[in-house]
Amino acid sequence: MAQTMFDKIWAKHVITGETGQPQLIYVDLHLVHEVTSPQAFEGLRENNRKVRRPERTFATMDHNVPTEDIFNVKDVISRKQMDTLKKNCDEFGVRLAALGDRQQGIIHAISPQLGLTQPGQVVVCGDSHTSTHGAFGSIAFGIGTSEVEHVFATQTIWQAKPKTMGIHVSGQLPKGVYAKDLIMALIAQNGVDFGTGYAIEFYGDTIERMSMEERMTICNMVIEGGAKSGIIKPDQTTFNYVAGREYAPQDMAAASDYWSQFYTDDESAFDQQYDFDATKLAPYVSWGTNPGMAVPIDQPFPEPKDINMQKAYDYEGLTPQGQARDIDLGFIFIGSCTNGRLSDLEIAANIMRGRKIAPNITALVVPASRAIRDEAERRGYGKIFRDAGCEWREPGCSACLGMNPDQVPAGVHCASTSNRNFEGRQGAGSMTHLASPAMVAAAALHGHFIDIRSEAI
Amino acid sequence: MEPITIHTGKGVALMRNDIDTDQIIPKQFLKNILKTGYGIHAFYDWRYLKDSGRPNPDFILNKPSSKGATILVTGNNFGCGSSREHAAWAIKDWGFKVIIAGGYSDIFYMNCTKNGLLPIVLPQAARDILAKATPEETITVDLEHQKVKYADHEFAFDINPTWKEKFINGIDDIDLTMSYEQKIEDFEARIPSFG
Repeated sequence: MAQTMFDKIWAKHVITGETGQPQLIYVDLHLVHEVTSPQAFEGLRENNRKVRRPERTFATMDHNVPTEDIFNVKDVISRKQMDTLKKNCDEFGVRLAALGDRQQGIIHAISPQLGLTQPGQVVVCGDSHTSTHGAFGSIAFGIGTSEVEHVFATQTIWQAKPKTMGIHVSGQLPKGVYAKDLIMALIAQNGVDFGTGYAIEFYGDTIERMSMEERMTICNMVIEGGAKSGIIKPDQTTFNYVAGREYAPQDMAAASDYWSQFYTDDESAFDQQYDFDATKLAPYVSWGTNPGMAVPIDQPFPEPKDINMQKAYDYEGLTPQGQARDIDLGFIFIGSCTNGRLSDLEIAANIMRGRKIAPNITALVVPASRAIRDEAERRGYGKIFRDAGCEWREPGCSACLGMNPDQVPAGVHCASTSNRNFEGRQGAGSMTHLASPAMVAAAALHGHFIDIRSEAI
Repeated sequence: MEPITIHTGKGVALMRNDIDTDQIIPKQFLKNILKTGYGIHAFYDWRYLKDSGRPNPDFILNKPSSKGATILVTGNNFGCGSSREHAAWAIKDWGFKVIIAGGYSDIFYMNCTKNGLLPIVLPQAARDILAKATPEETITVDLEHQKVKYADHEFAFDINPTWKEKFINGIDDIDLTMSYEQKIEDFEARIPSFG
């Protein structure tokens, strides 16, 4: 019987349990951050348990990190949470990329960069955007804190295997249209729960041509469509990315050979299958309070179909038939585990080179990791952003969720490269409009969204 | 974990779809390193007025009639977004023991199973009837027989038998898993290494 790549990797990790029931599966890589781990470590302590495989565990600080002056954590509760992680990692022998460390950054940026994320793995983290790592051809999903404790103690997790959905993406993305637009369009067209209970495999020529960073953007946001995981077949692009990184296999030939067994036999193996034409895609902008409430830049906002949409309009102060270009922006944010990687900064820097942001805009550009920041500085992007009038910050989750001082003020609309536009996500009373780095960078220059396909940037 | 078999309690209806975990418990309350004390912050932005910080009298959970409710009746895709288990802790800490929704995000559902917070799925028509329950009426959830009873109505629900057993017995997962330790060790011995 035809099998999906997801099925094959899953089968390799089952320790016990029957098909169709929750099964105990092995976890190859457990990523940890300061927000969802303290109660899990405390649980270990209360029960005299250890971290079973510290060498398969890697921690960093990202959510609480102040990006202006990283060593000056003014919020005492934030500081306590980060100090607690340090103490816990010391006590349980877990590797930690702490504040200021060359490896520090958003957990979903640093794990691939360090070569920790590899094809064929099961990767978990107490963070919903763990789906990012599926870009490498791994089974990667977010878990809760009780599950974090379970993985610490046992290196395994009980899970019912999700169903699989195959999305075949074909054709060349038009100019000015990016991986971010593709995943936003899928969610806008199919709803924020179309993937619930599924792992989604993306394949087809559009995906094959994508860099690892673009693939990560797509898998990162599948959770916004409700999916447990996104997954993309490991290929030469994947192997080339992993090779030579700090924790990459020494014997890449043998590793690549092993990883090459993970592919979907044919489309009949999927529980559901769809085709998506990338050639007709436009840049997307979200108008509402979940990522499904988004439209192509040249389309008006929709008529409210239910109370949920009406409440979103009320919150945003926008009206049906309005246009994204008319949103009164006051803030832009470029960063996050969705779009804070080097290629994202490169796109934004190329747009902002030699230009100034509009006077009505406060702009925050936040690299996803220290390594990305260093390379962006070396290439001169940092200077481009500063010269344009942006604040060029230290790495962290920053204004994606504003658990740190980086928040969008109440009543202000923000064009953001992040992943969630929930009410108050970027700060109480703030309003988020998701878009690609190119769209956000262009919006920063003009003071409002423009159609980067047809208008002069 | 406290076992659940039959629960009878007062329902409260919050009939919106796609209620995300940022709404259930906003970011500023995730800095705590404990599992308790989140209930007073549950649904914070809806529950408290922005200007005064006082309880919003129009929000359903603030109505005197909602006091003591243990069953939350709500919309589709409940608990979407962030994986924060603080959302399940907050709802539990508020006093809820059962949620009845049209569906859940996968992570939130799993978080419920770890905290003795029973997530039930019922179709819209059934939830519309339950949402009409007055504060004087009660709803009974019979997990063993997989039925929700209210007035003359009875609604059957599905639940995975493994999660059901966990709720009924209040099992500690880690002890259960470690009974397979030999199998885990055997598995670890077989993991390929490429240096």
